[in-house]
Amino acid sequence: MQPVLDSIALLGRSGLDKVAAIGRSGMILAHAIVARPDPVQSFPLLIRQLYSVGVQSMVIIIVSGLFIGMVLALQGYTLLVDYGTEQAVGQMVALSLVRELAPVVAALLFAGRAGSALTAEIGLMKTTEQLSSMEMIGVDPLRRIIAPRFWAGFISLPILTMIFSAVGIWGGMLVGVEWLGIYEGSFWANMQNSVDFFDDVVNGLIKAQVFGLVVTWVAVFQGYDSIPTSEGISQATTKTVVYSSLAILGLDFIMTALMFGDF
Amino acid sequence: MDFFDDIIIDIKQLNFSRGGRYIYKDVDIRIPRGKVTAIMGPSGTGKTTLLRLIGGQLKPDSGSILLDGDDIPRLGRSELFDVREKMGMLFQSGALFTDMTVFENVAFPIRVHTQLPEDMVRDVVLMKLQAVGLRGAAQLMPSELSGGMSRRVALARAIALAPALVMYDEPFTGQDPIAMGVLVNLIQKLNQALGHTSIIVSHDIKETLSIADYVYIIADSGVIAQGTPDQLQQVDSEQVRQFMLGLPDGPVPFHFPAADIATELMEGC
Repeated sequence: MQPVLDSIALLGRSGLDKVAAIGRSGMILAHAIVARPDPVQSFPLLIRQLYSVGVQSMVIIIVSGLFIGMVLALQGYTLLVDYGTEQAVGQMVALSLVRELAPVVAALLFAGRAGSALTAEIGLMKTTEQLSSMEMIGVDPLRRIIAPRFWAGFISLPILTMIFSAVGIWGGMLVGVEWLGIYEGSFWANMQNSVDFFDDVVNGLIKAQVFGLVVTWVAVFQGYDSIPTSEGISQATTKTVVYSSLAILGLDFIMTALMFGDF
Repeated sequence: MDFFDDIIIDIKQLNFSRGGRYIYKDVDIRIPRGKVTAIMGPSGTGKTTLLRLIGGQLKPDSGSILLDGDDIPRLGRSELFDVREKMGMLFQSGALFTDMTVFENVAFPIRVHTQLPEDMVRDVVLMKLQAVGLRGAAQLMPSELSGGMSRRVALARAIALAPALVMYDEPFTGQDPIAMGVLVNLIQKLNQALGHTSIIVSHDIKETLSIADYVYIIADSGVIAQGTPDQLQQVDSEQVRQFMLGLPDGPVPFHFPAADIATELMEGC
């Protein structure tokens, strides 16, 4: 009987821990969002984080976008040429990227590059007592450290997604038009006729905005809530990538169903 | 004059537990203003925890911690951050901000809490660095400093706003004899020159007793002895004597509690 009771107690304790963690993460999000910004001190911090979170993620976003666009064009051409509709490659590349692949893949890459870096940086600041010393100096680390990083991630990801889409379409054009010889006019005209600004581009950016919120929230929370040891930081970094990736894929399905589902 | 005519911190009936174990049970501690008070005791007795309780980074289960009349555990988040402007803390690791130079580290609290023009900030920072002997290291990054230098920079940062209270968490741990001598000297001189109150948490007996005006020895979830360094030498308690003389065995046993060794060895046969 005792092992059963112990298991139930363990389950209960684990449930309580999870609820407490959700509560703490909610507090952090609330602080990051409602933190009263001081333009003189906050703006330079935000700019610095935009550089480290956004600008430094551009290389991986551009290279990945280029290759994904090229692969899409190649696969699309192979499939469509059998039906004589290879002129629709531009439309296929653009719609796949703008609606789906750019927000999702950019967010997954962002979680791996910037999210894990944010978690490790904040976790290490906690381990080396930098967050504690900031508190003792009378500066709230939630405002000084967490808020600028959160907003930088929230702002950066939609912009990175647009860059991903643009570079991907250019990569598709390189393969489709320059290499495989699709007529350039048809490539661009089909794309222009089929891609709707609000239905496709705006919906894709809404997805990117939601992913930006989720990935950055998970990253800063895992760093701030990490156990201040080297193993704790390693676990927190792993959790950031795993939780963010699962959240991106799950939310993508829900948002796709809401935006594009015709039920 | 009595030490406790003017007290800056008054801790009453403090209870604090962690994982079902009492770290502090019904503890009363008073810290005299303008003096150097040492909190000593074996490792793991909660000395650093006491500093974090005073700093409001931990909340006690019950009891009050009055800093000039403000009950720290009952302050709201923003009030707590305001009260912390009266405190400076030197962390065991130094806890310098690794993305800032030495100069920027010391300037940080001044820039955040005052509206001083930049040339005045520069002057104040250079004076603080001069006081700890590191004006020449102003442009170095924390990664380029030795352990002792890091703590001196952290000390300059802790006193940057001339706080009423400076707390030192194990300031001498891991220091070579020269760095240790420098730190002992600095803590004493700064206390006298600036007139602030110092609380030193340490288990380095000789160094701490050489500068402390009053000492609390913490063990078994409470204060087991207190007094001036001279008074403590006369305390007739085996536990205090074991700690003061650094004896390996005594009331604090050498062995961690375990079953009888013969029984445990026979279990494997």
